[in-house]
Amino acid sequence: MSTVEAATHPAPPVVRAHSHKRNRRSTSVAVAMLVPAAVLMITFLIIPIFLTFGLAFTNARLISPVPARFVGFDNFVRLFTNDTFWKSLLNTIVFTIVIVPVQSGLALGLAILVNAKVRGTNFFRTVYFLPVVTSMVVVSMLWLFMYQPDGLINVLLAKVGITGPDWLGDPKTALFAIIVLSIWQAVGFHMVIWLSGLQTIPAELYEAASIDGAGRWQQFVHVTWPGLRQTSIFILITITIAAFSLFTQVNIMTQGGPLDSTSTLVYMAVFTGFQQQQTGYAAAISLVFFALVLTVSLIQRYLTRDKGATR
Amino acid sequence: MLKRTARLVATTFVAASLMLSVAACSKGGATSTNAATAGGTQTLTLWTHNAGNKGELGAIQQVVDDYNASQTTYKVDLQAFPQDSYNQSVVAAAASKKLPCILDIDQPNVANWAWAGYLAPITGMDDILAKYLPSTVAKWNGKTYAYGYYDVALTWVTRTSILKKYGIRVPTVDQPWTGEEFMAALKKVKDSGDFKYPADMATGWTGEWWPYGYSPQLQAFGGDLINRTDYKSADGVLNGEAAIKWANWFAGMAKDGYMPKKSSADPAADFMNGKSAFLWNGSWTAVPTREKFGDDVLFAPPVDFGNGGKIGGGSWTWGYSTGCSSPEGALDYLKFASADKYVAKVSADTNNIPTTDAAAAMVPGFEPGGENDVFRQISKKYTVMRPETPGYPFIATTFGKAAQDILNGADPKTTLDQAVKDIDDNQKANDYFQQ
Repeated sequence: MSTVEAATHPAPPVVRAHSHKRNRRSTSVAVAMLVPAAVLMITFLIIPIFLTFGLAFTNARLISPVPARFVGFDNFVRLFTNDTFWKSLLNTIVFTIVIVPVQSGLALGLAILVNAKVRGTNFFRTVYFLPVVTSMVVVSMLWLFMYQPDGLINVLLAKVGITGPDWLGDPKTALFAIIVLSIWQAVGFHMVIWLSGLQTIPAELYEAASIDGAGRWQQFVHVTWPGLRQTSIFILITITIAAFSLFTQVNIMTQGGPLDSTSTLVYMAVFTGFQQQQTGYAAAISLVFFALVLTVSLIQRYLTRDKGATR
Repeated sequence: MLKRTARLVATTFVAASLMLSVAACSKGGATSTNAATAGGTQTLTLWTHNAGNKGELGAIQQVVDDYNASQTTYKVDLQAFPQDSYNQSVVAAAASKKLPCILDIDQPNVANWAWAGYLAPITGMDDILAKYLPSTVAKWNGKTYAYGYYDVALTWVTRTSILKKYGIRVPTVDQPWTGEEFMAALKKVKDSGDFKYPADMATGWTGEWWPYGYSPQLQAFGGDLINRTDYKSADGVLNGEAAIKWANWFAGMAKDGYMPKKSSADPAADFMNGKSAFLWNGSWTAVPTREKFGDDVLFAPPVDFGNGGKIGGGSWTWGYSTGCSSPEGALDYLKFASADKYVAKVSADTNNIPTTDAAAAMVPGFEPGGENDVFRQISKKYTVMRPETPGYPFIATTFGKAAQDILNGADPKTTLDQAVKDIDDNQKANDYFQQ
């Protein structure tokens, strides 16, 4: 800030006016570029959020001849005394806590592997990326068959003498089964992001490190990891938000069962809002979900803030 | 300056959109362009859920074409939707006041949509509809809102050769198996080890199948989804002694290995491949199973678990909307389309049970003594309608979830008590759907 002032102060007035004009032009360009995105964001994001805020305090229904009525905190009282809600919240958190480190770690491992300077890496990059371009609905259907008691996975397990469980039918294994398939589907996407980060690290740094006698592990810790800082923040935040909004797999494979062991907040909101037609109640669930994601994102933002910049 | 303009734009935008959406929220009937006049002919829009279902769509198209050729005052314009998104389309159309004139409705939704003001009551057709199977005429609050061409019937599909081999009595429509008889039969089959599972109740299906397929069994034990005297509470019927007995039986079927806890996606294929001996399924399995087993296949009536055998009733039905600008035209079409020959045509093309006796005589197999006559008899004798209350969608999903939990080992009493509480809360929150 101070350097800017020092530079502009001694300048003659003519130049100032000129720069003002340029400023105004660049302002209108900025507005023009902002408008399309802003309109879309406001229409499809900001307004629905405000509507959700409002609906959460009413008894609005999807289909009803009676206008919605303000009911205060009724929906929230009902929600916080509902066992399915607490189970859904717990499942959502467990899913996120497992997915975030495992998926980003695996993706990083794969990225380093396919970044190696050997023949055929393009083939592996494509293979790992294939599940990402496949729709989650299709992936869920396929794994639904594989997870059946006499499906592919249990047949393979039986070959090595293990009797596999009824993966999706047993409350103890259902969430785990969904976690595995979710990682398999999405890991390729984050691998590509890591890969782009890896390729921005200049080769000279590695050369310098190896001249200094650093081994592979030391190179990773002191060259690769610091070079991936921005990438890792991006990956952390995107995986967390994606994990919180778990829905498709649950909707197709288990419908929240058995015994609510795979129910999630988003699934519960969709189920109560559309199948059970309780728009107001579903809005309350969405609001809780919104608050949860916002809190976690803010904490992550705080923890990963660029400490160097504040100095 | 920029900030202030942006804020102004944003505020105006939010305010405008809020007003728009609030306007869209005030639901109910609709004034719209669903009946346009051109050269003295009024066009009536007709919506159906049949897109992709060649047999039924073709039959409905035939009815519409015949109607358009029969007179010049009205022209019906058919628009088909895929079944999976049909209900959402209608709800969205109602919210934006763009309901079609004539539409088909899944029978359990009729009360809900009538209460919401989507549907107008059908008048002047009482004589015609008196000849229809009661389960194909959708009523609510004493008024008729829709009628259907056909119904389907649930049966226990098995094979005469299996019954003979294990010494099981062949049941008739008048004398179904009793609960003890049925369980003894299952045990015999199970002990033989010839089948992977003695029975299969298609537990792998989801959604409306659960209340449709399993609430009749609950009723056969003496329970029900809701107390039908006033449709206010489920207390005592869904969590009473009979309901607990049903729940224990239902969970026991899977726990004791009489049926898979989660059936495969195609239980009829499993039955035809000899994996199960008794299949709880609809009359729609008649065509493929006959192809496979010929005369050997047997369609047994629902088991009497003490309160008489029961099956669900009601399928797709036709009615007209409150938004129709030409109710006379809609009623004229509905009257024209209710003729026996169309009932026969639609049922024949969909392999379903024709609703009138006269039509049944015209559809091969459904004439008295025909091979499909058994479905009509079962339907006439055992049908219990799914509760005709606007609260049904909530009751259905709540029951479905409770039944699923019970099958997975949840305590029957606690689960059903909770379901009753949820249903009662919902009925009460809607002032018991009084108008």
